[in-house]
Amino acid sequence: MGLALLILIWLITLVSTYFFVAKTWWLPAGAAAAAQWIDGQFALTFILMGIVFLAAQLGLGYIVWKYKETPSSPPVSYSHGNTKLEIIWTTLTAILFIGLNLMGSTVWASQRFAPAEAGAVQVEVTGMQFAWYFRYPGPDGKYGATSPKLMDPSAGGEAAVGLNTSDPAAKDDVVTGTMYLPVNREVDLSLRAVDVIHSFFVPSFRFKQDTVPGLNIHMHIKPTVIGDYEIACAELCGLGHYKMHGMVHVVSQEDFDKWLAAREAEKQ
Amino acid sequence: MATPATVHAHAAPQGFIRKYIFSLDHKVIGIQYFFLALTAVFVGMFLSLLMRIHMIWPTAVLPLVGEIKPETYLSLLTMHGTIMVFFVLTTAPQGGFGNYVLPIQIGAPDMAFPVLNMLSFWTTFVGFVVIIAAFFVTGGAPLHGWTGYPPLSALQSAGPGEGLGADLWITSIAIFCIASLMGALNFITTTLDLRAKGMTMMRMPLTVWSWFITAILGLLAFGVLLSAGILLLLDRNFGTSFYVPLVVVNGQIMGHKGGSPLLWQHLFWFFGHPEVYIAILPGMGVTSQILSTFSRKPIFGYKAMVYAMLSIGFFGFMVWGHHMFMSGMSPYSAFAFSILTMCIGVPSAIKTFNWLGTMWKGRIRFQTPMLYAIGFVSLFVSGGLSGPFLAQPVLDIPLHDTYFVVGHFHLIMGVAAIFGIFAATYYWFPKMFGRMMNETWGRIHFFITLAGTYAIFMPMHYLGLAGQTRRYSQFTEVAYQAKLIPLQTFITYAAIITISSQFIFVINLFWSMFKGPKASDNPWESTTLEWTTSTPPPHDNFGGVTPVVHNGPYEYGVPGAKKDYLMQTDPPVDGGHEKG
Repeated sequence: MGLALLILIWLITLVSTYFFVAKTWWLPAGAAAAAQWIDGQFALTFILMGIVFLAAQLGLGYIVWKYKETPSSPPVSYSHGNTKLEIIWTTLTAILFIGLNLMGSTVWASQRFAPAEAGAVQVEVTGMQFAWYFRYPGPDGKYGATSPKLMDPSAGGEAAVGLNTSDPAAKDDVVTGTMYLPVNREVDLSLRAVDVIHSFFVPSFRFKQDTVPGLNIHMHIKPTVIGDYEIACAELCGLGHYKMHGMVHVVSQEDFDKWLAAREAEKQ
Repeated sequence: MATPATVHAHAAPQGFIRKYIFSLDHKVIGIQYFFLALTAVFVGMFLSLLMRIHMIWPTAVLPLVGEIKPETYLSLLTMHGTIMVFFVLTTAPQGGFGNYVLPIQIGAPDMAFPVLNMLSFWTTFVGFVVIIAAFFVTGGAPLHGWTGYPPLSALQSAGPGEGLGADLWITSIAIFCIASLMGALNFITTTLDLRAKGMTMMRMPLTVWSWFITAILGLLAFGVLLSAGILLLLDRNFGTSFYVPLVVVNGQIMGHKGGSPLLWQHLFWFFGHPEVYIAILPGMGVTSQILSTFSRKPIFGYKAMVYAMLSIGFFGFMVWGHHMFMSGMSPYSAFAFSILTMCIGVPSAIKTFNWLGTMWKGRIRFQTPMLYAIGFVSLFVSGGLSGPFLAQPVLDIPLHDTYFVVGHFHLIMGVAAIFGIFAATYYWFPKMFGRMMNETWGRIHFFITLAGTYAIFMPMHYLGLAGQTRRYSQFTEVAYQAKLIPLQTFITYAAIITISSQFIFVINLFWSMFKGPKASDNPWESTTLEWTTSTPPPHDNFGGVTPVVHNGPYEYGVPGAKKDYLMQTDPPVDGGHEKG
């Protein structure tokens, strides 16, 4: 029985570890400035937790096999523990866990404590059952007013986010169902939701933020690789949650300017 | 102060109804809780089976159920989570085994408040009936998930099931909270006031400590959830706006203004995180008890184990914000919640070290309770080590609301807790029902369940890393997720096999209840008080005798003793000591 347990526990441990190490299923390649920092912290955490995982599980398997009761087993060592050992492993674990945490917190601070750089591209993200809309303020750099009374999701586009077209600042606002971003530019995202909570998740950017009715949450990202990236809603928002899908196209500054100009032209 | 003699004023009942239905006997009530949880776990497991089938074969027409629609899938996951967390993971370890074993282990004739005890069971039962009713009302069961985040859960028009079904859902939870508050009061009073002579706090079995701490957590947590639930009912039905700001659903302006969706999340997780420990602490207690008994060695670091559980309980109330790193909460508070969460990993690690230390140089006996206790340690390690990923806000960015989280909490608070329940069942079954369970089938059940559990939940970590979001009924809409369907299919097959194998357990349970070999008073050669009395124990637990305790709870392999163990009531031996 001891041997059977050892084999099962070791097998589970080694097979599980193999797929982590082989990265058979893994994070997509990073495509935003934050990705390399997050992935670095990830790798460090993986190595440390992996060592603890292997040591604990392999040790467990070994102990249950080694100390199984047989007629020739020696008497047990009558011990109620060892205070010195307790203190040592408590201290080591505390240093490991808290140290790891402090290392990761600098990345968090740089992402969340400071606002976007001046001159960042402005994009407003609006989540609603079950679509994403993106609004660009246009040449005036100002978002026009929106009103809940004007929201008409069935009409899509400007009407869906309730854009008040009589507001002068709204004249040049561009609302789209697909997100375009210029590469290597900081983006100042303004995240909103009109009905229930949604979550704007772009795995390749290592970016996720809930969009919450009543809140306007500012976050910043900087895409670094030209390409097409998928957006998935990550907060349960109703029966269509699984199909609340969107796309981000990261393009060169030149292509971005052309795209935005074409949208402006369509409006006129 | 209540004393054992005054509490047990009620004589042994005679009629069937007073003996088995509205019983005041903690042992009968414990068994009632156990069977309620057993019913609930099969309902919850059946729902998860339907979910797994729907994900892989979305158009399958199933017998009885028909075709599952995406919204039905969301109802299934909501009800699966709610039933499992409340009516299984809270009910079985605490209401079931805690009720049955705690009074006997401290040498009391019953709980401090037997009528309150009966009331808390029947209130729980009503809660269960109410939640099951949600399946059968117009619109069906709610689809907002077991966490019920408003505005989705607060607006009747936000989706199917958000009408009467959602009202029944929140009502059931509120009823459950009331029942748990009554139970918690009873457990705390009993532990503090009804201990036999010589049963000092530091001689209590670790199981008693775990139920005691769990009860304190319950007392502090369920009151908050109850209040939060009442506010949600008001928002849903009486036009208040605690949780709902001005929102527009489908082009319609709802009549709410100024509420905060994050308020619910704070209140819910202020309950929800301690709830994780409510589910797992009794499992830790029973694992400690069993590892010591079946290794024939004293528990390694008894005092450290007690302090670890106390600090887990203490820190457990200060970490709720780690569920909310992506919620829009202040990033500065995320920083604090994250450090505190890492702190809670320390006592958890101490427990693991001490479990390994207990088995080290022991004489391990591999009866089924021991197998499950060893399985608990393995699952606790695996589920625990994904914690430090999720506890770091930066790593939570890619992982939050993905299958990584689903794998993490199922391993640690789902199946590890379930392994604790299995260990407790195989261990105390002889005492409860007077007969032994079948060992061969117990072992077969264990090996399939351990392997199956890992086959289901370990791949979920890989899915989460690859960005597979939670609560998706289909994976075909997002291109990168469609590539993960083969792994999802593997999980579904593993789930079908593992769920099927649970019938081995049920058949063993009922067969042994009537046909198993008769159990002796102390079949495992254990030391705690429940093994000093007859099997099953008489109505007043000790047949008119009040036990007097002389020894600590885990005196195995004491040099100079006649046997390799000393019962807690045995006269102390020179070689024995109680130092921690």
